[in-house]
Amino acid sequence: MDTESTYSGYSYYSGRSRGSHRHGERSRDRHKSRSKDSRSEKSVTINAPPAEPLLGDSTVRGEEVQDDNWGETTTAVTGTSEHSLSQEDIVRITKDLEDSVGLDCRRYFTLTLAVVLGLLVFLTPLAFLVLPHLLWPEKLQSCGTACEGLFISVAFKLLILLLAVWALFFRPPRAGLPRVFVFRALLAVLVLLFVVSYWLFYGVRILDSQDENYQGIVQYAVSLVDALLFIHYLAIVLLELRQLQPCFSVCVTRSTDGETRQYNLGQLSIQRAALAIVENYYRDFPVHNPALLTASKSRAAKHLAGLKVYNVDDVFRAKLKAYLLDSPGNNAAAGLAHSQSRAMIAAAARRRDTSHNELYYEEAEHERRVRKRKARLVVAVEEAFTHIKRMQEEEQKKAPGDVMDPREAAQAIFPSMARALQKYLRTTKQQHCHSMESIQQHLAFCITNNMTPKAFLESYLTPGPTLQYSRDRWLARQWTLISEASVTSGLKDGAVFLLKCIDFSLVVTAKKIPYIQMSEEYIDPKSHKFVLRLQSETSV
Amino acid sequence: MSFVPGQPVTAVVQRIEIQKLRQNDHLILGFSIGGGIDQDPGQNPFSEDKTDKGIYVTRVSEGGPAELAGLQIGDKIMQVNGWDMTMVTHDQARKRLTKKNEQVVRLLVTRKSLEDAVRHSMSNYPK
Repeated sequence: MDTESTYSGYSYYSGRSRGSHRHGERSRDRHKSRSKDSRSEKSVTINAPPAEPLLGDSTVRGEEVQDDNWGETTTAVTGTSEHSLSQEDIVRITKDLEDSVGLDCRRYFTLTLAVVLGLLVFLTPLAFLVLPHLLWPEKLQSCGTACEGLFISVAFKLLILLLAVWALFFRPPRAGLPRVFVFRALLAVLVLLFVVSYWLFYGVRILDSQDENYQGIVQYAVSLVDALLFIHYLAIVLLELRQLQPCFSVCVTRSTDGETRQYNLGQLSIQRAALAIVENYYRDFPVHNPALLTASKSRAAKHLAGLKVYNVDDVFRAKLKAYLLDSPGNNAAAGLAHSQSRAMIAAAARRRDTSHNELYYEEAEHERRVRKRKARLVVAVEEAFTHIKRMQEEEQKKAPGDVMDPREAAQAIFPSMARALQKYLRTTKQQHCHSMESIQQHLAFCITNNMTPKAFLESYLTPGPTLQYSRDRWLARQWTLISEASVTSGLKDGAVFLLKCIDFSLVVTAKKIPYIQMSEEYIDPKSHKFVLRLQSETSV
Repeated sequence: MSFVPGQPVTAVVQRIEIQKLRQNDHLILGFSIGGGIDQDPGQNPFSEDKTDKGIYVTRVSEGGPAELAGLQIGDKIMQVNGWDMTMVTHDQARKRLTKKNEQVVRLLVTRKSLEDAVRHSMSNYPK
């Protein structure tokens, strides 16, 4: 599996020169802990590849410009197509080199450190077993049956340890986090100390004194392997199990349009919680569409334009005060402070009479227009789908004349629905999300899988999650974590942090899930009794 | 008109004698009853005490024998031909009233206005 491309979407670059190394792959990463950076820093760094907003300018203005051609107008961030991986690598590497030269070195450094530690850990028991044979073979007692049984046990335990480490640590990294993963660092230190202490004991008590009791040495090696397995158990509990129990409920709000979702997270550090949230963001939040926000911006601009601001400077104010205080009606002096705001509010109030009216009618009109276009679109698509019929196997042999594969079939029926679809997308301001190529691809996909016209249309009628769109629509690959508390500290009740990307930011608030006190009440099954309550009336 | 368990029930009653009318092979009295110890006393609109499970007159048909005899809607029937009606089921009450071999039923009924009238008249008497 190409690990490079899977995490390239989440690579996170640190602009700081010292310190934070990239949280590299999860290969046996038991690296030495660095001297941790001071926790007083407020916001964690950010990168700086030339921060181009993902949408090129031409597409956002697409509202005014009626572009009738479906050509690709989005500018992709990496400037690559999906077909050529090598080109993507090159572009990414050049970007890497532009920003921070040392980062790849740092990643490889941690990787080599992890490999070295792993090798040390694995070879230590074998060394313990082999060294006596090499150094004092003649003095050594021969290995009896029990001792040889222990060899088998060592072998299998080492095999299990190898498989377990592979399962837990040999996974492609999901993301690059700003600070070191504290638990991993601690575990690496623990393992190192442990192995070093075993070596010390071995060196002093066995090598120096040249102990002849080989069975004892073998048992010593077995105990080392047992302890390593227990450390691996500790690793599982700390790294994987601890955060499974939900402890906090986080509320994530997108700053541009207010979309909100809630998630339950366990006890995580802030950076890991942020990572979990970003991964869920791509799945749950509908794609960010800047074209939908222009209406409120224009309204805000109109408000500001209509305000008359009375700028009262000190000289004028003194004169005014003197003038007003002289006159009998003296209450204006007190009101002078409010005059400025009152003036603004008065001017604004005159404007506000019409703007809500406009908004109401405009929204009603837009709603009507969207519904009309949608009706036309649905009819056009249904009609287009009736032209296509799947050929059965027997028919295929009989009439090889006009047979098309899905892509050609899609291209054949696309023109009849293209206009309606284009109009609908333009009305709902989604036209930059879908290129003609992608629509035809989707159509071919639907035809191949026997989907109905409604299933085909579903992805255009409602904005889907960000992952649904093509790769260059993942509107942010570089996220900044802004937090007042240190990002390696745990989530706390009331913690607030921001995940900023170029176009918008996600505001995250964490609340503790309350302690639930549950009590029981026993109901005897025989206690369910009922009476009939009637009120009848009889004529006599 | 409610009863206290263990104490005798006292009420001011009016004696009403109804002649049954023959109508298409039935003998009818011309009123409807509601209540009974197997019924829900809370739904009785005529009782003062909503735990009273006695038999009440819920409807008196126009021009029928009961109306002619002076039965009024809302009366509580205490006895029918000597049989007690304060502790009977609805069906038992119906049966007591509709016996085929009886031509006349003599009811003892009580209503609130009777009590009030007696109390009023008693208070007028100097002791």
